This record gives sequence, structure tokens and C-alpha cells, in this order.
Amino acid sequence: MSSDAISIGAADLRGRPIVEVLHDWVVTVDHKRLGILYILYSLVFLVVGGIEATIMRIQLIRPHNDLVSPQVFNRMFTMHGTTMIFLVAMPILFGFANYLVPLMIGARDMAFPRLNAWSFWITAFGGLLLNFSFIGGSGLYGAGSAPDAGWFAYAPLTSRAFAPGHASDYWAVALLVSGFGSVGTAINIITTVLCMRCPGMKLSRMPLLAWLNFVMSGMVLIAITPLTAAQVMLLVDRYLGGHFFDTQAGGSATLWMHFFWIFGHPEVYILVIPAFAFVSEIIPVFSRKPIFGYPVMVGATVCIAFISLSVWAHHMFTIGMNSYANSFFTITTMAVGVPTGIKIFNWIGTMWGGKIQFKTPMLFCIAFLFQFLIAGLTGIMLSAAPFNWQLSNSYFVVAHFHYVIVGAILFALFGAFYYWFPKMSGKMYSEVLGKWHFWLFVIGFHLTFDFMHIPGLLGMPRRIYTYEPGRGWESWNLICTIGVFFQGIATVIFLANLIWSYFAGPEAGNDPWDAWTLEWSVSSPPPDFNFATIPSVASRRPLWDLKHPEDPDSVYE
Amino acid sequence: MAEAPNSHPGTNIFHPGSTPADAIYHLSHLVLSVTALIFAVVATLLIYVIAKYRDKGTGDRREPAQVYGSTQIELAWTVLPVLIVVILFLATARVIHGIQDAVRPPAAMEVTAIGHQFWWEFRYPALGIVTANELHVPVSDPANPTPTFLKLLSADTDHSFWIPELAGKTDLIPNRINEMWIDPHQTGPYLGQCAQYCGTQHAKMLLRVYVDTPEEFQQWVTLQKRPANVDEGVGEGRRVFETTACVNCHAIAGTAAIGTFGPDLTHLMSRETIASGAAENTEAQLKLWIENPDAIKPGSLMPAMKLNSRDSDALVAYLRTLH
Repeated sequence: MSSDAISIGAADLRGRPIVEVLHDWVVTVDHKRLGILYILYSLVFLVVGGIEATIMRIQLIRPHNDLVSPQVFNRMFTMHGTTMIFLVAMPILFGFANYLVPLMIGARDMAFPRLNAWSFWITAFGGLLLNFSFIGGSGLYGAGSAPDAGWFAYAPLTSRAFAPGHASDYWAVALLVSGFGSVGTAINIITTVLCMRCPGMKLSRMPLLAWLNFVMSGMVLIAITPLTAAQVMLLVDRYLGGHFFDTQAGGSATLWMHFFWIFGHPEVYILVIPAFAFVSEIIPVFSRKPIFGYPVMVGATVCIAFISLSVWAHHMFTIGMNSYANSFFTITTMAVGVPTGIKIFNWIGTMWGGKIQFKTPMLFCIAFLFQFLIAGLTGIMLSAAPFNWQLSNSYFVVAHFHYVIVGAILFALFGAFYYWFPKMSGKMYSEVLGKWHFWLFVIGFHLTFDFMHIPGLLGMPRRIYTYEPGRGWESWNLICTIGVFFQGIATVIFLANLIWSYFAGPEAGNDPWDAWTLEWSVSSPPPDFNFATIPSVASRRPLWDLKHPEDPDSVYE
Repeated sequence: MAEAPNSHPGTNIFHPGSTPADAIYHLSHLVLSVTALIFAVVATLLIYVIAKYRDKGTGDRREPAQVYGSTQIELAWTVLPVLIVVILFLATARVIHGIQDAVRPPAAMEVTAIGHQFWWEFRYPALGIVTANELHVPVSDPANPTPTFLKLLSADTDHSFWIPELAGKTDLIPNRINEMWIDPHQTGPYLGQCAQYCGTQHAKMLLRVYVDTPEEFQQWVTLQKRPANVDEGVGEGRRVFETTACVNCHAIAGTAAIGTFGPDLTHLMSRETIASGAAENTEAQLKLWIENPDAIKPGSLMPAMKLNSRDSDALVAYLRTLH
């Protein structure tokens, strides 16, 4: 471990013409800048997707509301889902991985910097293409604008007969090209982790964040493939007269379901494993203890990755599979609960006996633990096929997966934002605003998504632009909508905090959290190429060893 | 004997009125208890840890004891969840088998349900009846069950048949035959709706099941098997119906109208609702539906008929005689 790196400051960009600065950002192949580009790009679409969600929630505030037409509502839920998964969650997690993985394994950049830049720009192109459909989707038919077939776009709603115009084409091509970007980034992360680790950093000493992103990238390679194949088949159907999914010519609607969900379920873990990665870095630092059961955490992650490849048809319990298939997908789905449970216990084990500091990142991680626990338990309920026959496609499912995506993934992401913001910007965020953001978001999240389970149990299906009065759904929907405004205000505070702190926040210093991984050994923001001399490490917590020469980790591992 | 009538038609999955819904209800008790127990244990642990091990701000800068893990503890919290999963799986598999592989008794009635954008077609092959949106079935005495087996088909996109108080949902998928069954124990109306997104008006693809006493059901069957009512007083309206585009999509038995894209109207007035439950079957709503369907169900495939008011009134008068 060399301390030379600490003395190098970031390149001073002030006083240069704005065009030159922007040009630098466009042509950059630096992993840190690309990471930040990914993150900013996703934040823009987070706001777009959030507005789409708000429109839906206002429409559902009371029965027979007519704020928007059914056509617009259907576009909103399609675009909200597609945007949040493909244009927010995946790129933002790739952004953090891009920024952090090289720094944490003592590398100067990703293995393939130019592939990295290409992956970002092709992903960005996909996002713009999808949203361009709002104005370009009507095509020659004058029919529709943005896609309205739902984010899993079940056949035959995407076939020519049911989707005239070009909305479905924009959807398919946008996902196809952003898929290329995802595969590029996954290859890059895998290669970086395998080939670029600094001396002494054996796989068994790699920070969990790097490990988990490594596993996630492997899953991307497996899961994006069937999605890409399905989009190609869909385009063949639409343009070359194929009949894969064209049911009116003997095609199969269930074929699309299988292709989509064998991508779609691993996708959930592609998103949640990086969230696990943030939590696995943040909880130890704010508990002042190493992660409990490091090898088990790695093993459980690999286990989740493998099991998650065999559970996809639990999204399809209602399509009339036979009792053996339903039983098989029940047991595999329930089995995911075991390694996931182990993870939760290990995080609690890490906090046990620690000295927990309730800084904003830690607050988000603690909320993550509670909410991920509940999300997992409603997942167990949904895994029981007969119970699923009642719950599937109801608001219970909507509440469940938002518990995963917002309650777990977004909360972990917010934690990651606050934790690494000082490193990325060199400035400290406002703890007061951070706590306002946290509490308002917690209140809003629980108002919206706790109460959303109930109309599902009372028989309210998802994807309906309006509903009948007198079924006991009104008050729950009203509460859900009220919660959205809390989340909206909290998000504004979050963005304000980032912007204000970037310009006016106090200097953060290299290591504001007294943390232990390599990124905290360099300046904030880190210099070009990160390390003046490549560090060498002797344990999982190189900075602990440096700070506690009398009691280094390397003795115990 | 069958139980008292279902007095509160609703869509609550915890108010089962049929064997499949009941089996799911009981399974849900087990699943909910197990998950509640897990939640209680883990949440308590978490709260305890947060309260006990918070940094008390005593200014003590020493780090806590650095603990790296424990094989015994890891083993314990691996084995216990495995056991729980095994128990839950066995209980679930039993219910899956019980519902999906149930033997069809000889007294069972068969109905074919066909999903359309955005309405339901019901055919009773053994009885020669075709109707829409409102399914009539006989009540089933638990001691001497007369269940109804539904064969589920789709004419266009995916749909899903869901009456929460009678059974879980099963999808209607083009080029595929699915099956489900119900044996309602109480008479009365049961509500539900399409539960798989099927296009613009998915929201108003509502569904009703009327569970009749055996006598009521027999009466209903007798009525439905009769040919369409012929009332000379509304000959003008009948002429309008048979000479405009109505016949392209709708059928009325005994007339030239044999369309199959829309609901069969032979006994339209025996139904309480129109537009797949989106409106009450009243004269005013019927007129509105013919003149401007978008006012009731925007995006439905029923076109505005653009009749003059005389033809329109005559047509409604004719339809109102189709008991």
C-alpha cells in the first residue's frame, strides 16, 4: 500500500471554455467520467419515469377519474416500466460499477475503455430512441405514439394486427441496442475483475462490491441473450412476415412469455445484486466492523445467480402449465429465499456488536434491510402457485415488485449516492437535507406501497386505467396517491442536495467515513488514472491494515 | 344443502365461496403465518441490533471487536430456512395437485369461455346456449357437487378469467386451451374482471357470474334456448338492425344477423349489464352505447352507429324486446 497516490489532485478544469469541457465529456474513455455520465443519464430518466408514475397515480386517485384517456394511461404504464428498468435501474447500477470497480480493485481504468464509452453511448441512444416514440411512433398509420403493450409486451399485442404504427418497433429496437450496451459493460466488468486486480488482491480479498458486480455481469451475459433473441424474432414477425408470436397465423403467445421471463427474472437479480453490493460496503463502515461471513456472502450471491436462472415461469403460473411444472417453479422460487435470507442475517451479524453511526447512507441501508425483508416475504407468498393464482397481475404484485425495486434497490442506491458523493465530487453533502430526504421518502414509500397490497387482496387487477366504485378499493388508492407526493418532494430535496453540495458543499477530504477500501486512499475526486503507483494489498480491508498496523486484517484472513 | 345466498357481492380473495378459492384461502393462512413469524423474528433482531449497538457518542474512539464470521451460526441460518422451504413447498404442492388434477364428476357442467377485446363469450356446448359477459352456473352442494368446468380460449389477445371469490385466475391465450373449475357453494352474483392486460379497454372488461339455484338455472336455460322474441310492434327497429352494420358483428338467433365479433344479442334483455359490465342495461344506456360507445367505454371496438334519431329509437325499442 503506497501513500503516494494521496498527494495527487484532480486536474483543474476551471477557466476553460465550456465547449472544450463538454467535448472532453463526450470523447472521454475514463471510467469515472463514464460512470458519472451513466448516473446523470439515469437521473434524468428517473424524473421522466417518476412523472409517468405520478400521472398514473393521479388518474387512480378515485374511481372513474378522467384525467387521462385509457390510451394515454396504457402508454404511461408501459413507458414507466420500460424506462425505470432499462433506462434508470440498469444504467445507474452500471454507472456505479464503472466508477467504483476499478478504484476498489486498484486498477487505473476498466479493461476496455473504448468499449466502455461505446456501451454508454449506445445505451443512451436506446433511451432516446424509446422516448422519441412519443413523437415518432405513429408512423404512417397515424396510430398511437409511444408503445402501450406493457413493459413485458406480451404477444400478440405487439403484432401488426394489434400494434399498427411503429410504437412496438421503437420499443423492440430501443431494448435491442441498449442490450448491446449492457453486454458490452458486462464483458468489461468481468474482464476488469479477472485481469486488472492490483498485486495481492486475490479473488478472496476482493471487496464485495466488485464480487457482486462480477456475478451480476455474468448474469447479464446469460439473461440479455434471450431478450435480444426475442426482440429479433419480434422484428422478423413485424417486418419479414415471420410468425413466431403472430397468433393469428399460428404463432405462440406463450413462446414470447418464456423468452421474456427467462430474461426478466434474472433481470430482477441483475438489479438487486448491485444493491446488495452497496449495502455490503456501507453497513460494515458505519458499524465499524468487517462484513460478517465474507465467503458465505460471496457463495450466497453465486447461489442466487444460479437459482434465479430456474425460476422464470413463476411469472406465468396463471397460463395453464400442468401441476408438475407449477410445483417445480414453486420449489425453485422458494429456494431463492434461502441464500437471500443468509444475506440478511449476515448484514445483521455485521451490525451486531458494532458501533452503528446513523449517517444518511446508513439510514438508507437500514430501511433497505426492513423493506427487502418484507419484499422477500411477499415474494414467498407469491411463490406458492395457488396463492399466486389469486395474487398474480393484481395490485399485490405491483406492491411486491415496487418493494423490491424502490424499497430495496432505490433505497440502496440513495445510500450509495450519499456514501460515494464525497468521493465523486470532492464535496460533502448536507446531512440535514439528507435526513429530510430519507424521512420524507420513507413516509412516502410506505404510504404508497404498503397500502397498495390491499386493493390487490381485494381483487384489483393491475394495468387498469380506472375502476368500479364499491369494491373497497377507493380509500387505499387515495392513500397510495398521497404517498407519491411525499416521494416527489423527497426526490426534489435529494437532487437539490446533490446540486447545492456540488457547488457549495464543504471539502470532503480523501476519506470522510474512515473507510477501508482502496477508493478512499486517493484524492476526492480521484485523479486521472486513479493511482500514481499501483497499490498492493494484503487483506480485504487494505486501509484498515494501514490505519491499524498493530492489528491488521492480514493476520486473520 | 347449499348455503344461504351470497349477500355481499365482492372481489375479496379472503371471502371464498368455492372449493378452489377455499383451498387457496387455507393455504394462504399457512403461508401468511410462516412469513409473519419470520418477519417478527428478523425485524425484532434488527430493531434490537439498531437500538443496542448504536454509537452512543461517548467520545470513545476505539473500534469495536472485529468479528469476521462464524461457521456454526452460518450453518444454523442456512439449515432452518431450508426446513421452512421444504414444509411450505409440500403444503403448496398438495394444493396445486388438489385443484389442478381434480377428477371431473359426471354431473359437472361444461362451459367454453372465449376472451374477446373487450368482452366475454360463453358457450354451453351441451345445452346449445351462447351468451356474453354474464355467466350463469348452478350452485353446487358440497355433499353432491355439480361443479362447472370452464374451457378457456381467446379470439385475439391474452385475457385472464378472475372471479376472486370463486377461484384463482387462469389466462385465456390464443391458440391454447386452458381449463379451470368452480363449484360455488352460495347462490348470488359474483364479480370479477379480466386480469391480463389485453389492450385499450382492459379496465372495463368486467365479468359477472350468477350462481343460481338448480330451479332458477333450469328456468334460465329454458329461456336462453328459446329463439329470439318476435314482436311485430318493433318491426321497424328489427329492419334497422338487419339492414345496417349491426349484423356484421352481432347475432340474433332466427334472423339474418349471424356476426360473431360482438356479443350474441338473442336474449340481450336477460342480462343486467351491457358493454361487458361497463353500464347498466337500461334504455338510456343502450341508446348511448349505440350512438356513442366512447362515452361509456372509450377505445372499445363497437363503432358509433350514426343512425338518425328515428332509426335509433326504433332500434333501441327492438333490442328492448329481446328477452
